[in-house]
Amino acid sequence: MSSVAATREKSSAPPAGTSARGGGGWWIYVLLVIGLILLVGPFIWMVLGSIKTTGELRQVPPTWLPENPTLANYGELLDRLSFARFFFNSAVVATLVTAGNVVFCSMLGYALAKLSFPGKRVLFALVLGTLMVPSIVTFMPLFVLVANLGLVNTHAGLVLPFLVGAFGVFLMRQFIGGIPDELLDAARVDGAGEHYIFWRIVMPLCGPAIATLTILTFLGSWNSFLWPLVVATSEQMYTLPVAIALFATGQQETNIALLMAGSVVVIVPVLIVFILLQRFFTQGIAMTGIK
Amino acid sequence: MDADRPASMAGRSPLRETLVAWSFALPFLLLFVVFMAGPIAAALVTSFTDLRVTDIRNPFSVNFVALENYLDVLGDERFQKAAANTTVFVVVGVPLTMALGLAAAVGLNQGVVRFRTIFRVGFYLPVVTSIVAIAVVWRLLLGAEVGLVNGILAGFGVDGPGWLSDERYALWSIIAMAAWRNLGFLMVIFLAGLQTIPGDLYEAAEVDGANRWQRFRGITLPLMRPTLLFGAVITGIGYVQFLEEVYVMTEGGPLNSTLSLALYAYDQFSFGNYGYTAAIAFILFVAIALLTIVQFRLFRTET
Repeated sequence: MSSVAATREKSSAPPAGTSARGGGGWWIYVLLVIGLILLVGPFIWMVLGSIKTTGELRQVPPTWLPENPTLANYGELLDRLSFARFFFNSAVVATLVTAGNVVFCSMLGYALAKLSFPGKRVLFALVLGTLMVPSIVTFMPLFVLVANLGLVNTHAGLVLPFLVGAFGVFLMRQFIGGIPDELLDAARVDGAGEHYIFWRIVMPLCGPAIATLTILTFLGSWNSFLWPLVVATSEQMYTLPVAIALFATGQQETNIALLMAGSVVVIVPVLIVFILLQRFFTQGIAMTGIK
Repeated sequence: MDADRPASMAGRSPLRETLVAWSFALPFLLLFVVFMAGPIAAALVTSFTDLRVTDIRNPFSVNFVALENYLDVLGDERFQKAAANTTVFVVVGVPLTMALGLAAAVGLNQGVVRFRTIFRVGFYLPVVTSIVAIAVVWRLLLGAEVGLVNGILAGFGVDGPGWLSDERYALWSIIAMAAWRNLGFLMVIFLAGLQTIPGDLYEAAEVDGANRWQRFRGITLPLMRPTLLFGAVITGIGYVQFLEEVYVMTEGGPLNSTLSLALYAYDQFSFGNYGYTAAIAFILFVAIALLTIVQFRLFRTET
């Protein structure tokens, strides 16, 4: 399967048949704009809500634009609720999980794509098979394991179970498979070892795939909720989603404006990453999805 | 898939190549065995025992109970309710999300040359957003008294229901939210699929007098079959185990009307009934496998 290289070329080419028919009529635009409003509207409402007072948010009928815009909610997040600490926890966990996936999945991906060894097919099938296993299957045994290792309420407990994943192996194997063998053989003739080849030749060529894996893994970890909810038992270890969920159900429940501001804080970093790297994002999903 | 290439470590022994290969695989495999394969096996074993949270440090007090957990669970009314809810969620939610995702992709691919990026980022925004943040907004949007949706409906003189608090509407509201959240992901996959269809096929069809709908039915759908299958499988696997959406929106209520199988398993986990948790989890696994097989049949290319 050499679809990776082909896909990359295709996605940079103009979309087939678009220019040929010269646009599809104004009603397509109208429908798409309606869709866009429905999808983005709630976010705009959230941002506007985060600079309203709770009193205004409880008004009937609801207001669109804030009557007395205020940044007090954000100040309160920082002052009272140690949001900086939650932000730090989320960032540390997501960064380590992402680094682990990029390094370890690429290494296995290289072995699967470019080396031959007994057990290769079985190994690949086994790893891919776990994609179909619902996460609730491993949830309980993982918790028992982490508890017995004494890792409850530690960063290690949040990170270790997610350092590797089947998806990363699949993505990296597909991409590395598209790198020409001649390139690697030339290095071998010059006496380069496999680890040298992997780190110095293969990895630098994997930019787009690594970018994709980085974004997807980082997002997944940043947004992960149920595992940190169970493992982070004290406020010191909360990640952002956990903190917001607990405040949403706890005594802060009535303070909707504060919740809105907290939600904005969760979303803004991913939004920035996503807008900056959205080319890789969409390409990468296409890379895995086409064939 | 053609994964096997001729041995490419020129002039070295197969044994050496095997050792090198496993040295690349080792870090992954260690973590994989400890944190993935091991736990799967442990869950399978646990599903045949009466393990409870109190037994974790004292494994000898655990008894083998054969299929008792499975039988108990299958006979439980809450399980049956959860299974029914999950079935509705998947059977309605997957086609709905696919249709919306496909519509968005076709629309973008056909008419939109300018502002493509804005549409793509906008449609994808919900996909990359934390479910917790989404829940904060949606619970407010759908609130019975002060919700924006009911506020807008009131403007038309309609008295909106409690979308999340009324058991008749709660599951449908969750389905709508899931479709809203996930259609952007399918849109991206479908867009990539659409771009592999050669444009001259459409031109030829247009010359032959096929209208837009006929071109969609006759060219787009058949050629998109592998991509549609991929989208259906991925979405199906995610939807069968939907949990966080209901956990943060309704906690399974009101009156279990949004209780999902995965949430039911999670509940049993929080109660400390680990044997039950494992049994429900494996029932879910079987459900996913069955759904995937069905989808492969549905989308199989006629030969």
